[in-house]
Amino acid sequence: MNSISYILFIIGAAFDLLGCLGLLRLPDVYNRLQSATKSVTLGTCSILLGLFFHYGFSAIGIKALIAIPLLFFTSTVAAHALIRSSYKAGIKLSDKTVVDHYKELKQ
Amino acid sequence: MVEIIYNIAGIIALAGIVIAFIRLLLGPTAADRTVALDAMTIITISLIAWLGYMLGRKIYLDVAMVYALISFIGVVAIARYLERGL
Repeated sequence: MNSISYILFIIGAAFDLLGCLGLLRLPDVYNRLQSATKSVTLGTCSILLGLFFHYGFSAIGIKALIAIPLLFFTSTVAAHALIRSSYKAGIKLSDKTVVDHYKELKQ
Repeated sequence: MVEIIYNIAGIIALAGIVIAFIRLLLGPTAADRTVALDAMTIITISLIAWLGYMLGRKIYLDVAMVYALISFIGVVAIARYLERGL
C-alpha cells in the first residue's frame, strides 16, 4: 500500500508540472485551458488518491476520497464557464486553428 | 528514502506553481490570467494535501476542500464578469 501511495504522489506531481508547462508554451487561451485544467485536475486527484492509499479507511483517507469527486466536478464546470465566456467576449483564436465548430453552429 | 520521494513530489508541484505564475504575469488577456490562477489554485489544493500528509494533521484536508469550493466560486464569478453579465 505504501509503495502505491508514493508512486501516485510522483505521478500526480509530474502531471501538475507538465500541465503548467503546457500553460506556458501553448499559443492561445483555449489550448492553454485544455492543458491546464485537464492535466492539473488529474494530477491533484492522483495525489489525493495516493493519500487515501496511504491512510486506508480512516478519517483522513475518507476525506481525501470525498475531495476527489468534488474537485473533479467543480474544476471542469468552472473551466467550461470560463472558456465559454471568453469566447463570447470575443478573444481571438490562434492563427494555427483549423476548425471552429461553435462558429459554424451559430450560422 | 520514502520521505525523500515525498519531498521531491512536493518540490515538483511547487515548480508547477512557479511556471503558472509566469503565465499569470505574462498573459495577454484577462482570460489567460484567470486560467493560470485556476491552475495555481488546483495545484495549491494538492500541496495542502501533501502538507497534511507531511505534518500528519487531519484538518488540512478540510481546508483543501473548502479551498476548492472557494476557487470554483471565484472562477465562475470572473467568467460572468468577462461575459459582461455581472
